[in-house]
Amino acid sequence: MQAEMDQILEILHRYPPEKRHSLAILQDLQHHFNYIPREGMEALAEYLGCPLSSLYSMATFYRALSLKPKGRHIIKLCDGTACHIRGSVNLAGGITRLLGIGAGETTEDGLFSLELVNCLGSCALAPVMVVDETYYGKVTLEKLPEILAQYREGAAE
Amino acid sequence: MTRTILVCCGTGCLANGSLEVADEFRRLIEARGADARVECQVKRTGCNGFCENGPIVKILPDDIIYYKVRRRDVQEIMDKTVAEGQAVERLLYRDDGGRPVLHQHENPFYAPQHKIALRNIGAIDPTRVEDYLEAGGYQALRMALEMTPAEIIEQVKRSGLRGRGGAGFPTWRKWQAAAEQENFPKYVACNGDEGDPGAFMDRSVLEGDPHTVLEGLAICALAIGAEEGFLYIRDEYGLAVRNITAAIADAERHGILGENVLGSGRRLKLSVVRGGGAFVCGEETALIASIEGSCGEPRPRPPFPAERGLFGQPTVLNNVETLANIPVILKDGGDAFAAVGTEGSKGTKVFALVGKVKRTGLVEIPMGATLRHLIFDIGGGIQNDRPFKAVQTGGPSGGCIPAHMLDLPVDFDTLKSHGAMMGSGGMIVMDDRSCMVEVARYYINFLAEESCGKCTPCREGLRKMLEILTDICEGRGQEGDIELLEELGHTLQDSCLCALGKTAPNPVLTTIQYFREEYEAHIREHRCPAGVCVKLTSFRIDGARCRGCTACARACPTGAISGGVKQPHVIDPAKCISCGSCREACRFDAVETEGREAV
Repeated sequence: MQAEMDQILEILHRYPPEKRHSLAILQDLQHHFNYIPREGMEALAEYLGCPLSSLYSMATFYRALSLKPKGRHIIKLCDGTACHIRGSVNLAGGITRLLGIGAGETTEDGLFSLELVNCLGSCALAPVMVVDETYYGKVTLEKLPEILAQYREGAAE
Repeated sequence: MTRTILVCCGTGCLANGSLEVADEFRRLIEARGADARVECQVKRTGCNGFCENGPIVKILPDDIIYYKVRRRDVQEIMDKTVAEGQAVERLLYRDDGGRPVLHQHENPFYAPQHKIALRNIGAIDPTRVEDYLEAGGYQALRMALEMTPAEIIEQVKRSGLRGRGGAGFPTWRKWQAAAEQENFPKYVACNGDEGDPGAFMDRSVLEGDPHTVLEGLAICALAIGAEEGFLYIRDEYGLAVRNITAAIADAERHGILGENVLGSGRRLKLSVVRGGGAFVCGEETALIASIEGSCGEPRPRPPFPAERGLFGQPTVLNNVETLANIPVILKDGGDAFAAVGTEGSKGTKVFALVGKVKRTGLVEIPMGATLRHLIFDIGGGIQNDRPFKAVQTGGPSGGCIPAHMLDLPVDFDTLKSHGAMMGSGGMIVMDDRSCMVEVARYYINFLAEESCGKCTPCREGLRKMLEILTDICEGRGQEGDIELLEELGHTLQDSCLCALGKTAPNPVLTTIQYFREEYEAHIREHRCPAGVCVKLTSFRIDGARCRGCTACARACPTGAISGGVKQPHVIDPAKCISCGSCREACRFDAVETEGREAV
């Protein structure tokens, strides 16, 4: 617990205590913990001297921020227009059949989270899926099990 | 002699493994040692725009360009091209007639392009400020330091440059308005919150030529008298954030930016703000709120940001592509820039040509080219030679343009007068297998999710429109729905607070205007003519056309298709989920769709 608090404070002190850095700090917390822990938000409110409610409203406003812990591997399935008309919705259905989760959900074992995201700017490779930092272009239902299996094996090691 | 190997390392090529290719070149060059006759250097460049055919490798000075290069091809390129100057034919692009294309400028995708904003991308290493300087970078900033603000603004005025982010507001007028304010400090900001689905030109510029954006922003700062600036970039664009951040540090280290801009005694401090993933933050007042550390909600204008923007001070916000044009305008003069383009829209525009078109990617062409030129000459026509149905321009705020309007020139004003807009330059091409009602539903769903909820017409109106469109797509449409959508659409256009809501009905209104019969087929016949809406479509294999190749059975995610090799296949309707994978997989056009009574 103390270790977590130390990490939170380290992230906070990367920035001067000004309200304009609140989004950047929340993003760093999100990157580090894969979500924004309550303790993190409370410490930030104290650090910036602003009401907790204003940070809560930001955390629920911005799509990049989440109040719930996410899985170890985050699948971002692009549903930008180019991906949409090239079948991203079918891929979402395919992932649901394979992992049993819908958009915004996390598998029970905490391994995968699925996010349906707006354009990732890789439209020429549509449909596109990003797992953690790795881009997969021209994804088909056939390729899905193979892509996801890599992350399962990685977890077993 | 020296040969330079340029390996494209834009996001698209990286996804196809270009880093491996670049590393392999480096490894082989090192392994050869110093005795090689040809000296060579490997450079990782930004996005060449032809991402679908990546990784792209270019060899200079021969100007030989290879596509879809894999690690295993590198040895052969080294032996033949780098050592001997000969081409590896199998890696060349094939034009529409199947002939190999040796040089980039002969490729039908690149040949008609006219690059201003993208001029350096693919030719320089974005992580090296030296490369940018060698290409003539920061000369315009040096010139601007010798000019008065009025002289700078005069050149931008003469160029006729209009904002590339979508609205097309004359850039010089923003600058002029902020320059006139006597209220200091002032700020400049770059809008890199590229949120339109289907557009990625700003990402490409930020990743591939970050210094040109910094130079444009610095010139703007000189013109209005600002000493601090921000670049607001989507957090999803990791490489763009990294490259811009590094570019700022490099420029400061070289004394180009920072406390003493090019030794002039002027100060300019630039910093990066990562976006939080909210589409509405592309709107300037919302973006300002987000930089200030609040929720990105728009506020009514006036006062415009030029008067009261960031932290209540005069602020100019420009889009990435707009700024990328600025150094060229100053260097070559506003008149030279204005010589390209049409009467009302000067210069070039970068388009993201995507969707169901053969050659997809980023294309920079003079304003005023026709949609047909863009889609059929540069894009090579529709994939699998299916019929063209519509092109969606301008992102969620734009409209769908049908086939009979393909000869319209693309500029700010023409498209607007036809209910669409050029917007940020997304061009999503659709064929007969794209359902226009579903496309409209898609956009409204997007916008309903992204609406910040501050004003009622946008928040409630979009939700209602989404309900109606979902009903139509799922077979619950009723007579009068189309009229109700039109009425709601006009209400939003008239009464929303910001451009997000005001332009939100465009996709619905244009699809109703040009594809009304598709709406009627959904509502009256419970049929989706494109075979997309799952609840209104069932799939069937035409036994006469099926060759029994088994492609559909392999593609089917639920195992609903049975049949032996060279035997006609059959779909089991009980297992079929109407996803259409079989239709995409079939090369003999044997999969047919028909309407289905909605339950």
